[in-house]
Amino acid sequence: MTDLFFYIFAAITLACAFAVVFSRNPVNAAMFLILTFLGMASLFVMLEAYFLAVIQVLVYAGAVVVLFLFIIMLLDVKEESKAKLKPLTLVASVIGFAILLVGVVGITSSDNIKATTETLPEAAGATLKNFGYELFTTYQLPMQVTGFLLLVAMIGVIVLSKRVKTD
Amino acid sequence: MELSDIAIKSIYAVIVVSVLMGFCSYAVLAERKISSWIQGRVGPNRTSLPFISSIPYIGRFLTRLGVFQPIADGAKFLFKEDITPAHVNKLYFTLAPILSLIPALTTVVVVPFGYYENAAGEVVTLVLTDLNVAILFLFAVSSLGVYGIVLAGWSSNSKYPFLGGIRASAQMISYELAMGISVLPVFMWLNAPGTAGTLSLVDVVNSQGGALWYAMWMPGSFLIFVVCIFAETNRLPFDMAESETELVSGFHTEYSSFKFGLFFVGEYAHMLVGSAIVAILFLGGWHPLPFMTWADFGVHGLLAGVLSVGTLIGKLCGFMFFFMWIRWTLPRFRYDQVMKLGWQMLLPASIANLVLYTFIIYFLERP
Amino acid sequence: MAIVVKRKPLNLLEKLYIPEIARGLAVTFRRMLFGETVTLEYPEQRPPIPAGYRGVPTLVRDPEGREKCVSCQLCEFVCPPKAIRITPGEIPEDSEYAHVEKGPKEFDIDMLRCIYCGMCQEVCPEEAIWLQNQYSMSGYSRAEMVNDKTKLYELGGTLPDEHFKWNKKKEAAEHGGGHH
Repeated sequence: MTDLFFYIFAAITLACAFAVVFSRNPVNAAMFLILTFLGMASLFVMLEAYFLAVIQVLVYAGAVVVLFLFIIMLLDVKEESKAKLKPLTLVASVIGFAILLVGVVGITSSDNIKATTETLPEAAGATLKNFGYELFTTYQLPMQVTGFLLLVAMIGVIVLSKRVKTD
Repeated sequence: MELSDIAIKSIYAVIVVSVLMGFCSYAVLAERKISSWIQGRVGPNRTSLPFISSIPYIGRFLTRLGVFQPIADGAKFLFKEDITPAHVNKLYFTLAPILSLIPALTTVVVVPFGYYENAAGEVVTLVLTDLNVAILFLFAVSSLGVYGIVLAGWSSNSKYPFLGGIRASAQMISYELAMGISVLPVFMWLNAPGTAGTLSLVDVVNSQGGALWYAMWMPGSFLIFVVCIFAETNRLPFDMAESETELVSGFHTEYSSFKFGLFFVGEYAHMLVGSAIVAILFLGGWHPLPFMTWADFGVHGLLAGVLSVGTLIGKLCGFMFFFMWIRWTLPRFRYDQVMKLGWQMLLPASIANLVLYTFIIYFLERP
Repeated sequence: MAIVVKRKPLNLLEKLYIPEIARGLAVTFRRMLFGETVTLEYPEQRPPIPAGYRGVPTLVRDPEGREKCVSCQLCEFVCPPKAIRITPGEIPEDSEYAHVEKGPKEFDIDMLRCIYCGMCQEVCPEEAIWLQNQYSMSGYSRAEMVNDKTKLYELGGTLPDEHFKWNKKKEAAEHGGGHH
């Protein structure tokens, strides 16, 4: 049963992610992006990381994509015409795909992944309290760094969008 | 999970959703009646059913009260001609009303509506699922409701709906922040040191039993949350998405018949769930009085179930009335005022409130 | 000169916004509980019609039950939208007032054309056509909206008359006098 659900949600997530990339209509792409996030949220649910799943929906599907749509609608982006691939782009993407392929094959064929025990360890983010505890002890540094990055991004946006008065 | 469990849960879900739909249709009636009373009118008082309406006195009284009006309204929405304008994006035009209704109905899943004591004397909470992250689930799912409005505005391919959709998207995001921060003090108090962490709504209600309700000693949170609920449900004075005096009818200008009906029901379902959340978070849920529970009144067993559900529904109806009452008291904000209120007043106020209650809770709980 | 209304600066309580909202809520709540209902429930309750109201044009009889119209067709000529159609005729021989005057054989007013201007009433030398307080005309077909003679008399009824012209006319005719 659980396996079946995993495959269904994984398939939905992957299919929608592909659709995001291949949609020519930006609104379609944004809608598929929501579906991708929802699919990922359900995968988190399967891992019993409810908090993460809900936050995924709340932040990404509920706020970020709304802003995407907002911008798409305000700018009135028309359907993209087929762009011709530059040779450099083509070469770069082939190399990128090759690296990805090697990575995936390498990980799946290594012994590490097969060595997992049958009993699942309890996820650190399963209950809210554990999640908060881990965030402020074990993962304190990454959290601070992320927060700092977000602060920088925010200040950058404010500086960029502020209209400079010339007089 | 067994198949029979799934079947039972499904049946419960169907029952809850149909009760919610029934409440929606009567909320529409209540809205029309209360509007008319405040404005010195009579309101719907003609629709009558055969047999029932011809009962002397009672039948006439019910007809004058408009009790049969929702049936006529529903039939009208079902059978009117469904016009799809030629210039719309058909897929999203059809999808939008569904997307605005589904999140509103999904949120009921985590809303607890009462408890009863079974034969063994155990307290059983009446809730579809007691999720550990219930309040976040609620915020997350209800934040998806904005897509219905935004897509309706965009796919209508017409200026007024478009403006309505744009306004709605900006407004929803702005007020979600203040709403999320304003409930934090409640959960800070709930998650006292040494207890298992919880964001469950059932625990919120239980913590208010035999104690002060949160609205009484956290009036700041309550006020900010209520304002944000108004903004999130797109009700006056925040109905930027509709604002019929400026945008014809806002995002649903191009909609008619059943699709419009879905938007309509979605709005009221959203309001109902919002009222239930306010009652649960701040007004003591199914507890009849501050410091008192039904058990203190000596009510046990199934009767407690009936009374607790009744109490919650009573509070819910009271808050629904407040929604309608506010509607005819405050004029609509201008768009820049909405943004200013959200970002420059409510957000700082909610953060200040959070800091204040952090200290209060710290001193209250200091051993 | 334009009147400038000075706005008082808000005091602290008013700036807080909440007390003012509460005051507004109190006002609307009072309206709801004690406010007067101004709705007129139309088919059962009717609005009072002021004197001199110009409603649907009707034909009237004099107190002795005679039709006052003598089918002079002045109203037909004066009617701006040409809503009136009159077929003049003689008063039947067996009537007491035969030969005294003429009478309309048919008298139709098309209410889909009538603009309620009241010129027919103004022009009528016999005071036979009156715009009275009837204001609601409805029907399912165009034919139904044309008021014929019986309908017009039914709507018009009898109005008090001071002249009793017909009696005088008859008298004059019988005694061979000229003008009375």
